[in-house]
Amino acid sequence: MSDKPKIAFYWCASCGGCEESIVDLAEDILEVAQAVDIVFWPVAMDVKRRDVEAMPDGSILATMVNGSIRTSEQEEMAYLLRRKSQILIAYGSCAHTGGVPSLANQFSREQILRYVYEEAPTVVNEEKVRPQPRHGHNGTAVTLPEFRALVRSLDQVVEVDYYLPGCPPTPKLLKQAVLALLSGELPPKGTVLAPDTAQCDGCPRRDTKPTDLKINEFKRPHWTQIDPNTCFLAQGIVCMGPATRSGCEAQCIKGNMPCTGCFGPTSRVRDQGAKILSALASSVNAREPEDIEKILDGIPDPVGTFYRYSLAKSLLRAKVTR
Amino acid sequence: MEEKPVTDKLVTGADWEPLIVAFFCNWCTYTAADLAGVSRMGYDPNVRVIRVMCSGRVDPQFVLDAFAHGADGVLIGGCHPGDCHYVEGNYKTLRRYHLLRRVLADLGIEPERLRLEWIAASEGEKVAKTINEMVEQVRALGPLRLSRRFREWDAELASLEAEVKRGEEVAAHV
Repeated sequence: MSDKPKIAFYWCASCGGCEESIVDLAEDILEVAQAVDIVFWPVAMDVKRRDVEAMPDGSILATMVNGSIRTSEQEEMAYLLRRKSQILIAYGSCAHTGGVPSLANQFSREQILRYVYEEAPTVVNEEKVRPQPRHGHNGTAVTLPEFRALVRSLDQVVEVDYYLPGCPPTPKLLKQAVLALLSGELPPKGTVLAPDTAQCDGCPRRDTKPTDLKINEFKRPHWTQIDPNTCFLAQGIVCMGPATRSGCEAQCIKGNMPCTGCFGPTSRVRDQGAKILSALASSVNAREPEDIEKILDGIPDPVGTFYRYSLAKSLLRAKVTR
Repeated sequence: MEEKPVTDKLVTGADWEPLIVAFFCNWCTYTAADLAGVSRMGYDPNVRVIRVMCSGRVDPQFVLDAFAHGADGVLIGGCHPGDCHYVEGNYKTLRRYHLLRRVLADLGIEPERLRLEWIAASEGEKVAKTINEMVEQVRALGPLRLSRRFREWDAELASLEAEVKRGEEVAAHV
């Protein structure tokens, strides 16, 4: 083993997009691979958990964990990697704020298991068999991780040093983070490694956003002919821009789709969904309760829209009665 | 934002009493509450009043945070429509209130736990009446006890050690 700084990557409850984003470094990954030793990266390398267990505590300079935490195995890996790493980075929306998987916090464990193993239209399971954490078979016992009742962000399970936001984070932010790690010039612990301004601030359509928004109707993007040069909110399309951190280079907006909020809130905001709720509702152009309600009907799933990536880290964390 | 032990006792005790957080605007409802006070009007002591400059200052985060820290109900009091000291503030509150109630309902909190009432500076009696009504309504709904629920939710995190041990025992048998 060389004495180059050691880096590790791990995934928990995630889709694999964050892993892709590391590969998206393209030829820059060679530069990174030259400067560091990647000691653990299950998606790309054959290094086992017991190899990680054998490493001295704190011997990894930094580990980037993507994905939210749903099972006891993911918890265990989070503890293990925390112990082995000097710096633990929550990589991507799921590790940062719970991500899309944490929308499952609207349902109980029973509802989820029943749907997935019994009721989903593509499932045939007449005996209603479900996976069990412990099972005896031919005289041997086999185990599966426990499926927790809640989806959690990484920092709701272990201490996290930094956050790289996004679904997924951009190669640019990853490269900046790696360079900062190597130079040792690190911001204060707990920092989100992206600009601390709202999306609207650097939006290419900023000049078309009226000072006084007046929303008469909420339109759904897939039913609407979207003008490619005008502010989405001015067109009545829900855009998470006002309540979302910048740093994504406005990729969705340049693709003529509104921001859905994957970079999470800025440092001044505690609850991203409440903030966009506030921004949108105050721009509704009505004064009578019935008229307000009629306009609000244009947002059929407010929780799924406002908390698409952040339900786990929201103030209420989950549907209270599941 | 640490939990205050006094709140905790109220929320967890067997002799539960509804706990209402009230955000009252400086110009109308807070002045009305002051009037209720100097007029020696009695009302239920379950309310903790927070003065804000305008009901429009009530960020939906404040409401959610109140619930998350153990409030069973949240009351917002502002000037009557057309009377806002800042012209538009209470209309903004009204719109946010309607959307926030939808989100609360979707997240399993009865929308009746959040109430918005227009109370002018002269309406001291309305303060007392609104608070009493709200306390009764929340009493009927029962405790929300979110801070306690959060602790219960996270109890599963403590079970990892036992699970790991069990897994090792199983592995040793094989």
